[in-house]
Amino acid sequence: MTTPLQAVGPGTASRTKPETSSAAPRRLPLWKRLWRDRVMLMLTLPGLVYFLVFHYVPLFGYVAAFQDYQPYIGFLDSQWVGLQNFATMLGDPRFWDAVGNTLRITLTQLVLFFPAPIALALLLNSVISEKVRRFVQSVVYLPHFIGWVIIVSIFQQVIGGAGVLPDFLESVGLPRYDMMTDPDAFPLLVTLQVIWKDCGWGTIIFLAALLSINPELYEAAAMDGAGRWRRLWHVTLPGITPIIILLLILNLGSILSVGFEQILLQRDAVGPESGEVLDTFVYFNGVQDGQWGPAAAVGLVKAVVGAALVLGANKVAHLLGHEGVYRNASK
Amino acid sequence: MRASDRPAWMERPSRLGVALKAVIITAITLLVIYPFVGVLSTSFSSESEIAKSGGFVVFPTAPQLDAYRAVFDGGTVTRALLISVLVTGLGTLASVTVTICMAYGLSRREVTGSKWILMIALFTMLFNPGIIANFLLVNQLGLLNSFGALVLPSLVSAFNLVVLRSFFMNLPSELLESARMDGAGDLRILVRIVLPLSKAVIAVVSLFYAVAYWNNFFNALLYIDDSDRHPLPNILRTFILQGRTLESAVGTEAPAPVQAIQMAVLVVAIVPILLVYPFLQRYFTKGVLTGAIKG
Repeated sequence: MTTPLQAVGPGTASRTKPETSSAAPRRLPLWKRLWRDRVMLMLTLPGLVYFLVFHYVPLFGYVAAFQDYQPYIGFLDSQWVGLQNFATMLGDPRFWDAVGNTLRITLTQLVLFFPAPIALALLLNSVISEKVRRFVQSVVYLPHFIGWVIIVSIFQQVIGGAGVLPDFLESVGLPRYDMMTDPDAFPLLVTLQVIWKDCGWGTIIFLAALLSINPELYEAAAMDGAGRWRRLWHVTLPGITPIIILLLILNLGSILSVGFEQILLQRDAVGPESGEVLDTFVYFNGVQDGQWGPAAAVGLVKAVVGAALVLGANKVAHLLGHEGVYRNASK
Repeated sequence: MRASDRPAWMERPSRLGVALKAVIITAITLLVIYPFVGVLSTSFSSESEIAKSGGFVVFPTAPQLDAYRAVFDGGTVTRALLISVLVTGLGTLASVTVTICMAYGLSRREVTGSKWILMIALFTMLFNPGIIANFLLVNQLGLLNSFGALVLPSLVSAFNLVVLRSFFMNLPSELLESARMDGAGDLRILVRIVLPLSKAVIAVVSLFYAVAYWNNFFNALLYIDDSDRHPLPNILRTFILQGRTLESAVGTEAPAPVQAIQMAVLVVAIVPILLVYPFLQRYFTKGVLTGAIKG
């Protein structure tokens, strides 16, 4: 992840004295440049402090993964235990349950949720009437702004125990079915909720990619006798492939983080055996039960695996000739 | 659909195709709208009507406001609502201010060190310190059970920062140059020129922040022990999902059906979003794209 940093280089020539630029751009000493830019730098300061304090300093909290951490003693005096917390983690069947559930949910989402915005974007894009398209777009974006608590509550009302769907099933002579408490259907339930919330929102980026495809390509393809399906296959899909790859990579990085809030809210209904994922495991073991060391160990492994997956997938994308998340330094 | 909208080379779709498409789009739209209508209608319904329809009313025959009276009676929900409003208002104000300052400070490439600062911020999009590390930090800072714990941990979003920064960078540089010629300093340029030109994008970023604060459930869950100081989403959870009664909230005898009160609380949580949504919806695409692609 060091590549973009290398972009820092010259080009920081004086901006207050453009008249000296006829000579070779002389670099002012660092402190002079800092003084020159003091107002701008002061403006970034509160934000910079925020990022350092709330995103970088906490990383030191991961020393707890190697300690028998006791919050009231602190990091300095807690006892070092080496890799014992990791051994505890690997020997805990609940940890493996959480891994299994996480992967099951991620996989379901990848198969069912990932293509959904692409399909919806293609559908919307094919609607010629501007008015219809605008209306549908504003409707399908909306759920993105609704919080998980509300969404889970709504699902509870519609398909939960006393909800509309079980009532309907009963009225047509079928047995009542409560998906909210069915452990086997949990990955599917969670995925359906994600689709309801974010499928529409996800179309934004694909619609923009579709708009940026040169219409002459379609025209030329049509001239050559390509029907609408051939044009979809040979013009539209290649046009949005880079975006698809980019989003796949980003998804891969969060493969071990399936929505914490969403699952925490519903874990109790199906029980921890099928409702526990890595994030909720960390939460219940650490914050709730005070098992700080083992919980931090799980969190650390999760973070490292996630980062490795993003970087690895990005590498693969480069090898395949795509741009990926950040640009290759050699380009 | 007028034929003139269709490019000349595009063939007319078959009638079946058009019908199928219309059905699918209508179904999707209804699937999104139906739950909202149901929640709203149920909140206005009476006990007998809810019992008759099995818990979710779509067309209330005799709308009544009892549920809302119960909700705004000054109990738990009212208190949580006030906390949510306060967190959303102050939090959004603080977040937007800090983000604008940082985005503007980073909006000129020639500022010494700005690339490093930008990288520090952007890198946080790729990793997350995780629950334990964040909790320990908030604990060490002495923020547990404080108002600050609801705002500070999510003060700036790198995504919103990028959206604002790329907007500032795309402002015509001649404008900024001429202001500088006239002797305006960086701060004056920000306040007099950049901000007035950026109202729309600042509105979108504010909306993103406000929605995040309004819906935030995680910070209170993690950092606030005392349930009397929980914002609305956490109350929703105990009341609707965990099925705990709100007896303390609405007095000893509920004046309205529990179901209606639950839905009324949901409506209270949703309505503020519905109110701002139409005004800002047209700016989403631009904001999302600058945030997602630039970097």
